[in-house]
Amino acid sequence: MKLDVNGQVHDIASEPDTPLLYVLRDELHLNGAKYGCGLGQCGACTVLADGEAIFSCVTPVSALGGRRITTLEGLGTAARPGAVQRAFIEEQAAQCGFCIPGMIVRAEALLRAHPDPTEAQIRTALQPHLCRCGTHMRILKAVRRAAKA
Amino acid sequence: MTKVRAGMTKVVAGMTAALIVAGCASTEARAPKVAAPKPPQDKALLARGEALSALGNCRTCHTRPDGKSYAGGVPFKTAFGTVYSTNITPDVESGIGAWTETDFIRAMREGVDRGGHNLYPVFPYDHFTHVTDEDDRAIYAYLMSRTPVKAPHPHNELVFPVNIRASLGVWKKLYFKPGPHHDDPARSRAYNRGAYLVEGLGHCGGCHTPRNAAGAEEPGRELDGGEAEGWHAYAINARSQAPVPWTEAQMTAYLKHGWQADHGVSRGPMAPVTDELGDVPEEDLRAIATYLVTLMGSHAAQHAPAAAQDTSSEAATIYAGACAQCHDGTQPLPFGGIALPHSIGVSGESPRDLFNVILYGLPAAEGEAAPMMPAFEGAFDDRQLTQLAAWLRVRFSGREPWTEAQLEHELREARRKGGEGARYPAGGNAIDPAKGSSRP
Amino acid sequence: MRPARRDFLRRSGALVVSFALSPAARAQQPGGHDADGLPGSLRVAPFLDSWIRIDAGGAITVCTGKAELGQGIKTALLQVAAEELRVPFERLTIVTADTQATANEGFTAGSTSMQDSGTAIRNAAAQVRELLEAEAARRWNTGVEGVHSDGGFAMGPGGQRAAYGELASGLSLHVQAKPASRFVDPRDYRVVNRPIPRVDIPGKVAGDVAYVHDLRLPGMLHARVVRPPGYGAKLVALDARAVESQPGVVKVVRDGDFVAVVAEREWTAVKAMRALAEMAKWQESTRLPDAASMPRVVLGLKSEDTVIHDKRATVPAGARTFEAAYTRPYQIHGSIGPACAVAHLEEGKLTVWSHTQGVYPDRQAIAELLGMPPAKVRVIHAEGAGCYGHNAADDAAGDAALIASHVPGRPIRVQWMREQEHAWEPFGPAMVAKVRAAMDASGRIVDWDYGVWSNTHSMRPGPAGNLLAGQHAAKAFKPAPPRPLPQPAGGGDRNAIPLYAFPSAHVVHHFIPEMPLRISALRALGAYLNVFAIESFMDELAIAAGADPVEFRLRHLEDARGRDVIQLAASRFGWKPGVRAEGGRGRGFAFARYKNLAAYCAIACEVDVDAESGRARLVRAVAAVDSGQVVNPDGLRNQIEGAILQSASWTLYEAVSFDAARVRSIDWATYPILRFGAVPETVEVHIVDRPGMPFLGSGEAGQGPTGAAIANAVADAVGRRVRDIPLKAARLRSTRG
Ligand code: FES
Ligand code: FES
Repeated sequence: MKLDVNGQVHDIASEPDTPLLYVLRDELHLNGAKYGCGLGQCGACTVLADGEAIFSCVTPVSALGGRRITTLEGLGTAARPGAVQRAFIEEQAAQCGFCIPGMIVRAEALLRAHPDPTEAQIRTALQPHLCRCGTHMRILKAVRRAAKA
Repeated sequence: MTKVRAGMTKVVAGMTAALIVAGCASTEARAPKVAAPKPPQDKALLARGEALSALGNCRTCHTRPDGKSYAGGVPFKTAFGTVYSTNITPDVESGIGAWTETDFIRAMREGVDRGGHNLYPVFPYDHFTHVTDEDDRAIYAYLMSRTPVKAPHPHNELVFPVNIRASLGVWKKLYFKPGPHHDDPARSRAYNRGAYLVEGLGHCGGCHTPRNAAGAEEPGRELDGGEAEGWHAYAINARSQAPVPWTEAQMTAYLKHGWQADHGVSRGPMAPVTDELGDVPEEDLRAIATYLVTLMGSHAAQHAPAAAQDTSSEAATIYAGACAQCHDGTQPLPFGGIALPHSIGVSGESPRDLFNVILYGLPAAEGEAAPMMPAFEGAFDDRQLTQLAAWLRVRFSGREPWTEAQLEHELREARRKGGEGARYPAGGNAIDPAKGSSRP
Repeated sequence: MRPARRDFLRRSGALVVSFALSPAARAQQPGGHDADGLPGSLRVAPFLDSWIRIDAGGAITVCTGKAELGQGIKTALLQVAAEELRVPFERLTIVTADTQATANEGFTAGSTSMQDSGTAIRNAAAQVRELLEAEAARRWNTGVEGVHSDGGFAMGPGGQRAAYGELASGLSLHVQAKPASRFVDPRDYRVVNRPIPRVDIPGKVAGDVAYVHDLRLPGMLHARVVRPPGYGAKLVALDARAVESQPGVVKVVRDGDFVAVVAEREWTAVKAMRALAEMAKWQESTRLPDAASMPRVVLGLKSEDTVIHDKRATVPAGARTFEAAYTRPYQIHGSIGPACAVAHLEEGKLTVWSHTQGVYPDRQAIAELLGMPPAKVRVIHAEGAGCYGHNAADDAAGDAALIASHVPGRPIRVQWMREQEHAWEPFGPAMVAKVRAAMDASGRIVDWDYGVWSNTHSMRPGPAGNLLAGQHAAKAFKPAPPRPLPQPAGGGDRNAIPLYAFPSAHVVHHFIPEMPLRISALRALGAYLNVFAIESFMDELAIAAGADPVEFRLRHLEDARGRDVIQLAASRFGWKPGVRAEGGRGRGFAFARYKNLAAYCAIACEVDVDAESGRARLVRAVAAVDSGQVVNPDGLRNQIEGAILQSASWTLYEAVSFDAARVRSIDWATYPILRFGAVPETVEVHIVDRPGMPFLGSGEAGQGPTGAAIANAVADAVGRRVRDIPLKAARLRSTRG
């Protein structure tokens, strides 16, 4: 099958029931989406499908043939970070950083739908995401900053 | 069996239809201010009041997710604007601290506030009218013993003419049948107790009974299945489609724990109901079960064995990649997914809740162990979702397939409004994972 | 180029220098004199080039035996080095824990990295600068006093300039460190005590290769382990033929009770693992204690008792006596990324990439497990998700090594599943503390009697038996006998000795060798419960004395730095004696000096408790911290904020759930932690600046005080004391349940 990831179309060799996460990481060598639980409970694997946030760990790749997938890598690079990534750097919103890619992608989806979100909207949007380091306050600040940018 | 936020849209729609006589003046009599009564100290009375208010599920409608219990302010969105639930803590200014017991009983009985104004029927006085004075007194005593919370009532944002409370009088004349509940002498005590709770305080029909064009519960179709916050409330009478017939013991356990090994976990707007019922005396839950299981009869689960389905279709692949690890896994209920042959979501009369659950999942409970399911809202498109639902129906239920039109309509409705009722964490209160795996 | 942006694989491959710095090897160093008087980790690696290397092109590399665990240690150590070398921060790169490239600094744990490694690097950098300046003076034929350094150059009195690289080329840095260094005056700091942005964050937010999980070696295979259903289960039967013949499956490894599957693709491995788990027949035997009565179980186990503090004075007559007991359950580390490791056995040499906290002890365990000489095993630290102590990182490394020994020639990547991490990681142990105090009529504590019951808090490797693979393999190793960690840092008794000036105090550590559940070091170790207990009890006593809790603490505290953080936290919070929080909220206060020898931390907080549901939420927290000389104030704030949020989750929600046979909390549904819905409105961290003072570890300073401050605030809100962690809704409800 073919899969559109970050604007590039790839031929995918993985089996059709393979969760997108493994395709991204192992076949396309993208690191942004992380394995955190494989159960849709933590948000570490979040990517965008046509701009909507999805858990790549529980979505079979075959269901995404017609969709445009955007991963963390599609939002910018370390040298040229996207607006949300820049806000996270400016707020130093990371400890171990493992949960952060999912947060950034979720924030991207939120800000596309609501460019000027309320505090409650930000918190509700991030509810599916876990951070164990306790970086929450900075993550919230970063999303607010990205909204203002 | 779902709680009351029932067909609020319909209630309001019905009111406009009934608003032919909009001139009817409201009785603006201002009641004198009364100091908050001293909290009563009768422990037994308070305990009864607590159990009764749990049976009436007062807290859910009167508590914002981020707010204090009973302080109200929960918005009920309708096509005509928004109605907010009231503060029923004993705060004198903003709550019911100035209400006398008589005021309270009158509100339950007649659907009017302290000043005599009609209440919006989103407050289910069509059921509460059946509650005995004795029970009302206990509930009143309990509410009055709660911590007063200052939380002014947000202004209802309704459009004309629904915003004129007097118009409610017309609606009440047409659809409100006040009066006490009558026991059936031919039936057991438990049955009658169950009937009293189901039809009165429990107001199960608020969600599980369909509503007519005027937004009132349809007479003669009690508990045939209705709607709540965008969710289908299944038939809980002889029309029940439960794949495994309910027994009294199963239903008692389900109401108490919020899940049962042969029937799954309560979710959507039913979840806060079972959450509250966890603290209710088991005898009352058994009475409810006795009544409902009697209504259902024994013919509930006649269906053909599930059909063999091709495993190469797109739906089958989605099931394998997204659903199977939990619904076909080793983790038992309530934390593992239900085996789909047991799921009312797949075998029920409407695919609405199947869509709701797939789209919105079962959200995490803050700080409490509770079943979870991821939301697939953004993951699958409409075509994939309807194909998946159709496939699951044939594969796991052995019932008549849903029609394409039905699938499309229900998915559209689920997308339009199901998210609201999907915010409740599933299951009952504080399920202990160490005990959860034993069958209640 | 900054280190974090470089592929650590290439990095660690490139920098292989001879490293023979174990104490035994050191004794054989020519000219080696006693290194024990040296500061920080210079004691274990006294040569300057163990820490700082300069090549001819002027590239400067800083080496540390510590590991980046998300605490920002790379950045902080680079700041220290840049400051003392007087080199722009951007010019330095860093190499972290690698048995072939860095000193043996033991574990990155206990908030000691700045004290150990930071101190070593600070001294080494200052002494390297001195050497460079001396070399310049020699070349210019001038006195060394006239030479100073800036921007990577030595500068002479007559305007001479020489680049470090040029000077270093004529110089050996393989020189023993001196006990004292000539440091840059803290008033001249340009890099230290500045909020330098962390070097690793840009790469992490962009999806660069940053974690061991991201390693992709040529020919790498994916493995999954099939864990037993519970502790002590024995594999009775497993017919793996059907799985082994599946396309893409390379091998099913069975080594005693250790079962794993190796596949070309990851998803194939996952599916094969599930199939194997269904087919495997196990005999379960372990009887776990009753989780609900854990405190009683803990008190009933045999203990070895040590008096760790004994200062007796006669208790004046007429003093009132109070007592209470406090408990914590088993809790998990709960890393967001389950453990992962890559191992490659090639030509008799094994290389393991692991997010271990100790590359050397891990190497020792793996060498023992496989019966290899340690010199043939190289362990390279590669970052994982935050670990918060000894989690499953080492176990995954052991798994990868054992599997690699069965599938030599190809790199093996092992990724633990979420349910494996939850069920098999070593937990933070359940504990009980009992305290009795006497207070005189004036509200002064005149006697204090404290006992804490606990397992050890370290079952780290070193011995192969401390790895799951070691326990499950056919040639099984027994876990090492548990040992209490010695005072003054302590383990279960960490922070058990009160810092307050009580005229009479007696503290006993009841060390319990038997471990019903698998446990090891969880952030703050015993300090979490001990501070919770001491600071809760101080609050109870303050209430009994009719005193303000802040004033009551100050009344009993002589330590000036302790008093400072208490006063700072109170004033920034707006703490006023006798003033209640608004809206029925509760406020609470707590304080501790971590380990009684590291950072000071005081926390004031406000909680909101819904009396009906019993749900408590931390609304606001204000912390004050003194960690000596601050290296990176923003990093320090980040650490304390994290401690507060993490400890709030521990304190309000968390407990491992288990029945007689198995651990039952195996994911985030069965073991819920803090989510955004309950995150506080504000968290503030204020720093007490201590220029020039020694670094004090602060990575774990906030956990204890947060737990106690929340408990005190909850008691203030609901008028009832809860002494058992977690402070769950069911325990706080007014009348229900
Ligand atoms: S890894 Fe997908 S939600 Fe946790
Ligand atoms: S920063 Fe480590 S889990 Fe969020």
